Amino acid sequence: MIPPSFDYVAPKTLSEAVAALGQNENAKVLAGGQSLIPLMRFRLAGPTMLVDLNRVEGLSYIDEKDGWLRIGAMTRQSAVEHSQLVSEKYSLLADTVKVLSDPVVRNRGTVGGNIANADPVNDEPATMLAYGAEIVAVGPKGERVIPIASFYLDLLQSALARDEILTEVRVPAPRPRSGGAYLKLERKVGDYATAAVAAQVELDTKDNFGSVGIGLTNVGLTAIKATAAEDFLKGKAASDDNIKQAAKLAAEAAQPVADVRGSEDYKRSLVRTYTVRALRLAIQRAKGG
Amino acid sequence: MSTHHISVTINGKAHEADVESRLLLVHFLRENLNMTGTHIGCDTTSCGACTVQLNGKPVKSCTVLAVQADGMDVRTVEGLAENGKLHPIQEGFHEKHGLQCGFCTPGMMMTSSALLAENPHPSEDEIRHAISGNLCRCTGYMNIVKAVQYAADKMAEGS
Repeated sequence: MIPPSFDYVAPKTLSEAVAALGQNENAKVLAGGQSLIPLMRFRLAGPTMLVDLNRVEGLSYIDEKDGWLRIGAMTRQSAVEHSQLVSEKYSLLADTVKVLSDPVVRNRGTVGGNIANADPVNDEPATMLAYGAEIVAVGPKGERVIPIASFYLDLLQSALARDEILTEVRVPAPRPRSGGAYLKLERKVGDYATAAVAAQVELDTKDNFGSVGIGLTNVGLTAIKATAAEDFLKGKAASDDNIKQAAKLAAEAAQPVADVRGSEDYKRSLVRTYTVRALRLAIQRAKGG
Repeated sequence: MSTHHISVTINGKAHEADVESRLLLVHFLRENLNMTGTHIGCDTTSCGACTVQLNGKPVKSCTVLAVQADGMDVRTVEGLAENGKLHPIQEGFHEKHGLQCGFCTPGMMMTSSALLAENPHPSEDEIRHAISGNLCRCTGYMNIVKAVQYAADKMAEGS
């Protein structure tokens, strides 16, 4: 299984990368390559040019500034996994990278790739939906910021223009009494999720929900933001009854299809159960537990 | 189609070659350099049989282009032994019977030797976590874990 022939460039700067992408309408960006290279080997993707970002300087960083966690697009998943800042303050993201593919793939796979790929099987899209993240993209006309809620359009289709490159993901820094969790059922390490649920919550001083974010992995054509469940919880008590009602709404938002991992009903039921558990864990963490 | 001149250090030795952009690192090693110690298993980035260390980090060489390794340092299973003496991880797999059919072994050793370089005293959980991207279809994980523990002890004695 060898990919079809293609041209390859490895620019050193972002502007060169954007220019290269603009020159060939069948060009694709190569980030970690852990999805794209297998797709090319199976000949499910056949770009005639790859613009490799691995040699572009300045796209790999994790830092916190002005109330945002900023992650450079070429930051390896293993770097996120080993980031003290992420493990201390961003429990939802920390949970996510631990179950994202496998440890060897995480040495190569990137945050930008996982998000820009716009495949519902990827784990970080649901997590970023729950966080209310922002996507920074650079194209020939310069930089623009895209809210994650309007980033995913359809299966493998994002709001990125063909000649735009995702350069950074911005996650709002959690305020006090915030917590999150990512729960994923996978048949084995490295498998895509049968279903997974990302939850990020903020509690007020009376233990009522402030902001709530819920994202679902691999139960639709894109990662799904469970807005009905989020809206239901806002302002309500963080009680088990409310959590269960929200989980029912999240399960209704899921649009799973039957495959080797399970039936539609099974997956919807899984979303309900994992939403309950993810919210409970997020609440426990928000309370400092 | 583009062809690229690459310089790659493999097991400490410099190699130069002209490669097609679509050539995968694992094919470069096995077919261009006849270094067949690195195995091809699943061809789908799942099994880890083809794991090599790229600048010290274990990666699946069926999912890296050879041209991407330009200027980098690659270590394969052939680079573990030094001066005819087995690396402690190789000795561990031998002593603890860490293989049955042996197909996953090169990848297992490249992943676990990278683990030991970063974490010389891993717990059993940490070992199992580190090799969770490497599949042994003989399911001989018990002895693989023991082999890594043996190597960790051996390396601690030696230091």
